[in-house]
Amino acid sequence: MRETCLDEVYKLAKTDQRICFVGSDLGFGTLKNFQEEMPDRFFMEGIAEAHIVGMASGMALEGKIVYVNTISTFLTRRCYEQVVVDVCLHNLNVRLIGNGGGVVYAPLGPTHLAIEDISIFRAIPNMTIVAPADADEMRRLMPQTVDYPGPIYIRLAKGYDPIVTNDSVPFRIGKALPMRPGNDVLLVTTGITLKLAQEAAESLASSGISAAILHMPTIKPLDTEAFFEHAREVRAIITIEENTILGGLGGAIAELVAEANFDPAKRFKRIGLPDVFPDKYGSQAKLMEHYRISASEIVVIATQFCRR
Amino acid sequence: MTRQDTSNIALDRRSRDIRARIVHVLGHGGRGHLGTSLSLVEILRVLYDTVMHYDPKNPRWPGRDRFILSKGHGCITQYVMLQEKGFFAAEELTKFCKFDGILGGHPDPKVPGIEVSTGSLGHGLPIAVGMAVCAKRDALPHRVFTVLGDGECNEGSVWEAAMSAAKHKLDNLVVLVDYNKLQSYASTYDVLDLEPFADKWRAFGFATEEVDGHDVAALERLLTKLPLREDKPTAIICHTVKGKGVAFAENNLKWHHKSSIKDTDVEQLLAAIED
Repeated sequence: MRETCLDEVYKLAKTDQRICFVGSDLGFGTLKNFQEEMPDRFFMEGIAEAHIVGMASGMALEGKIVYVNTISTFLTRRCYEQVVVDVCLHNLNVRLIGNGGGVVYAPLGPTHLAIEDISIFRAIPNMTIVAPADADEMRRLMPQTVDYPGPIYIRLAKGYDPIVTNDSVPFRIGKALPMRPGNDVLLVTTGITLKLAQEAAESLASSGISAAILHMPTIKPLDTEAFFEHAREVRAIITIEENTILGGLGGAIAELVAEANFDPAKRFKRIGLPDVFPDKYGSQAKLMEHYRISASEIVVIATQFCRR
Repeated sequence: MTRQDTSNIALDRRSRDIRARIVHVLGHGGRGHLGTSLSLVEILRVLYDTVMHYDPKNPRWPGRDRFILSKGHGCITQYVMLQEKGFFAAEELTKFCKFDGILGGHPDPKVPGIEVSTGSLGHGLPIAVGMAVCAKRDALPHRVFTVLGDGECNEGSVWEAAMSAAKHKLDNLVVLVDYNKLQSYASTYDVLDLEPFADKWRAFGFATEEVDGHDVAALERLLTKLPLREDKPTAIICHTVKGKGVAFAENNLKWHHKSSIKDTDVEQLLAAIED
């Protein structure tokens, strides 16, 4: 997914002189073609995220469309104030591409785990947050980021994630994608959790529970209209995300559910990372399983909710 | 010229008039950063009178020199200069920090002539580097000026940006530091010593000069021969006095910020400027 994303930046830059790329101290050879063919618009500025985000803002103020890339935790935590004040307050066309959203860097430990990036960015006015599910969805997203007004945070997954999306519903930033109809439980996903929901929905179907899936790659602005349209049909709602359950997709949907005052009330559950710093290593898959962000957990909860 | 805590420069009529206008704005708002606004006067006066290219009738003119007051808390001085040059009506100055005014306690780009919101320190130089690098790469002749506070140079982002400016050989970038030697709590020497300050900028790759920041002629001499060195960004350490021009506010930490300014304070300040 990262390769697709950066390759798209390269392709878009070939046809649009406004596009610039700014990295921190990325891996050897990253976007070599961009650096060689468009050196005037390629910047590798060192391990200095506060400066990089400010510099990107200065460039955007001069009319550039600036794609900034580094590891998610450093792009969201270290320079949070630059993101808020320089990028978002000025509503600039800066695209922040975060590598390793969620627990992708499981072997590297908690300093590298972006467990709250969605939550902290969701609280910033003017920010748009997109977490595609796979490389194909990334390929559909990227051309739209060129002329989309204002800042965007693009959350990258691990890479080589299985392809679970298709283009049957056109991808648009800010729009939810109905992936499966159903009338018992609604599974709301973002990023790679779409795959877990798909597995769970298959399993639930075999036991007679009809699960709808609403995929929300754009977490902010949230497609509330689509959410209510799908929520109306079901008795229960489950959100699934690779992010803390505080303030991310689950938090956003919980806010909608709470204020909707559904009558009769709907059962509701957020599946995501608990409010702790993960203290295990291993792999992304292992950590997600450890924190019960899994198809089997979705099945267990959906089954409880739908039992009469 | 280090550790110069006083300036013997006598202020001319124009410098006194600008200070009087600053005091009136402070009075209208009933609050504000005075000491830091007064140390800035000659720096901004020379930039706006003699050095920078701009068009008050077309504030976003693409050929303008960019200016970022990175020490945003000194904004009253910039407001006074912008208004005098015709960027907005004088009436706005009377609404400083008021609900329906456009002039707040820190600069905001909704004000004609202001490029970016500053106020949180350490942001101006990275943004200025981004602007200057674009002008360089696009072969545009305009320059980028930014004024930093001395206390602001405690921020690491200033030095991250300084390295980047040198790397990109930004001789279209000019950093002026208002080195009045006082930050909010105490002197810069006591809070977090910047010395050897000019040598730091030199070591970070800047062509660096020091000047009495209240000496209009000296500032003009320096700022009309930019860049100081081809292929290097410029740093000018302006030795200034916090509260300059108001004897009882000079080097007086109590005048860094005032949250309550009364009419009697305004009268005393105006009288002191004429002393």
